[in-house]
Amino acid sequence: MSARVLVGVKRVIDYAVKIRVKPDRTGVVTDGVKHSMNPFCEIAVEEAVKLKEKKLVKEVVAVSCGPQQVQETIRTALAMGADRGIHVEVSGKDYETLGPLQVSKIFAALAKKEQADLIILGKQAIDDDCNQTGQMTAALLDWPQGTFASEVTLEADKLKVVREIDGGLETIKINLPAVVTADLRLNTPRYATLPNIMKAKKKKITNVKPADLGVDVSSRLEVLKVEKLKEAGRI
Amino acid sequence: MVVGHGVRCLSQLAELPELHQMMRQTCRDYAQKELAPIAAQLDKDHRFPAKQVQELGAMGVMAVEVPESLGGAGMDYLAYCLAVEELSRGCASTGVIVSVNNSLYLGPILKFGTEEQKKQWITPFTTGEKVGCFALSEPGNGSDAGAASTLAQREGDEWVLNGTKAWITNCWDASATVVFATTDKSLKHKGISAFLVPMPHPGLSLGKKEDKLGIRASSTANIILEDCRIPLGNMLGERGMGFKIAMRFSIPQQTLDSGRLGIAAQALGIAQAALDCAADYAHKRTAFGAPIGKLQAIQFKLADMALATESARLLTWRAAMLRDAKKPFTKEAAMAKLAASEAATFVSHQAIQVLGGMGYVTDMPAERHYRDARITEIYEGTSEIQRLVIANNILKEYQQ
Repeated sequence: MSARVLVGVKRVIDYAVKIRVKPDRTGVVTDGVKHSMNPFCEIAVEEAVKLKEKKLVKEVVAVSCGPQQVQETIRTALAMGADRGIHVEVSGKDYETLGPLQVSKIFAALAKKEQADLIILGKQAIDDDCNQTGQMTAALLDWPQGTFASEVTLEADKLKVVREIDGGLETIKINLPAVVTADLRLNTPRYATLPNIMKAKKKKITNVKPADLGVDVSSRLEVLKVEKLKEAGRI
Repeated sequence: MVVGHGVRCLSQLAELPELHQMMRQTCRDYAQKELAPIAAQLDKDHRFPAKQVQELGAMGVMAVEVPESLGGAGMDYLAYCLAVEELSRGCASTGVIVSVNNSLYLGPILKFGTEEQKKQWITPFTTGEKVGCFALSEPGNGSDAGAASTLAQREGDEWVLNGTKAWITNCWDASATVVFATTDKSLKHKGISAFLVPMPHPGLSLGKKEDKLGIRASSTANIILEDCRIPLGNMLGERGMGFKIAMRFSIPQQTLDSGRLGIAAQALGIAQAALDCAADYAHKRTAFGAPIGKLQAIQFKLADMALATESARLLTWRAAMLRDAKKPFTKEAAMAKLAASEAATFVSHQAIQVLGGMGYVTDMPAERHYRDARITEIYEGTSEIQRLVIANNILKEYQQ
């Protein structure tokens, strides 16, 4: 199997951190706050690495968009078993306004450039809860999509995906190349082993700019305000 | 100090290298998700965490410094100390199980074993399937290690061991032990040699499991040797080298110095867990109309607890870095172990005070941290011995 898988990994505020809104209400406090890989992205990486261990795919490439710090997130994916990483450099204001539309354009461009056969993403990020990137990426590439996957089976060049939907479970069969988004029950991500952390040091991360991919990262959205919900039950 | 590839400098104490941060994170994740939730029950049941030890073996944590060619993770001593601290923060018993396997069992074999011995006695003990133990102390001598009375007599092509070893951590769960016995009593400590004995083995039996105050998920018992016969090839190192293998004395990187830092790391984990517990409680518990964290009495306690822990941590990291740089580290290791163990007992004591009545019951982990902490001032060199080691080094430095 010569399949290449692109896995998106997003650096988000750690799930255990108590979020605080910035005093100017333009966003949340991120300075000095613990960040880690989006939990659904961990599940996506785990699925890709499992496919590689089953020898159904040949190469797993971890991709992240953001400033220098996202390299830590890519390295974590490498320590879980990804083969190499791509860091799409987005920083400053562009990073603050980076959203699913721009990221999906980046992924679509990378998928073509890297000749990917499969893109696996987390179903959503725990910071914005958009649940859009996978779907938009598939649309831009005109690829089939299997979202909210709780089971993925690769059979030759077709993908059987069991999806978690409101009514229960839906099983679909889609052709490769395709986009899959990982839901909670797809797998249990592995802990990075010490030997793999050592190996991750030697794996390559290439840098690329959105402009190199022909992608305009300017946002069509403007955040008006961010404020904390009033606590339930209190007046 | 020189900054360069592989050489540590003091500024690195401020921020760990990326590799170490990653491995610290994976150990912390594992400890918080897999060890912390079961630690109380493991303690109550006095149960060896076999499943977790296997998982840790698969992660490479049971053999951090063992080279990859022998099945280990091939990382350095600082990485090992970070691992033991994070694991101990979740479960102190698991921390000592990992520490004994790494420092006291694998350590001497890695340093003094032949290639053949390494293959036989190291590789199977890197996966978590088997753990090892270290038999030095005896009922008649702990601190006075040179007074070993366990005998090793040569009979043909075998060594015959006779005697009793005491306080052996892991022994009820171990598949092999490094045993120290005297091959020539007249030579006193220079007559002690080290031997590798598989477990179980004819002539080797275990005493009853000690019912300890803390670290109850790890087994501690006597090892009784009665005409225990082992092949000549099971001697570790040279005849008469046993004391040097066990201890310090002019050759750097000796077992107990390294074991010392493993225990320092365990003590740090316990101290940190106790601090976590107290600080969390200070936010939540209200008294006199506000969280108790607003009271200066509590704030001063938390400050002292954090200071003691952080100071001991830096001492531990520095000693580990010296060892990785192949520099003498005896004094620094003794300082680290002394500071960390006293920090653990101090912090866990204060944590109970911060929690008040809740600190005294098993609903909260504070009482377990208090019980776990106590042993760190005793084993792998009592605080009194550490003080002697430090003093001897100081006096040497100031030699007239």
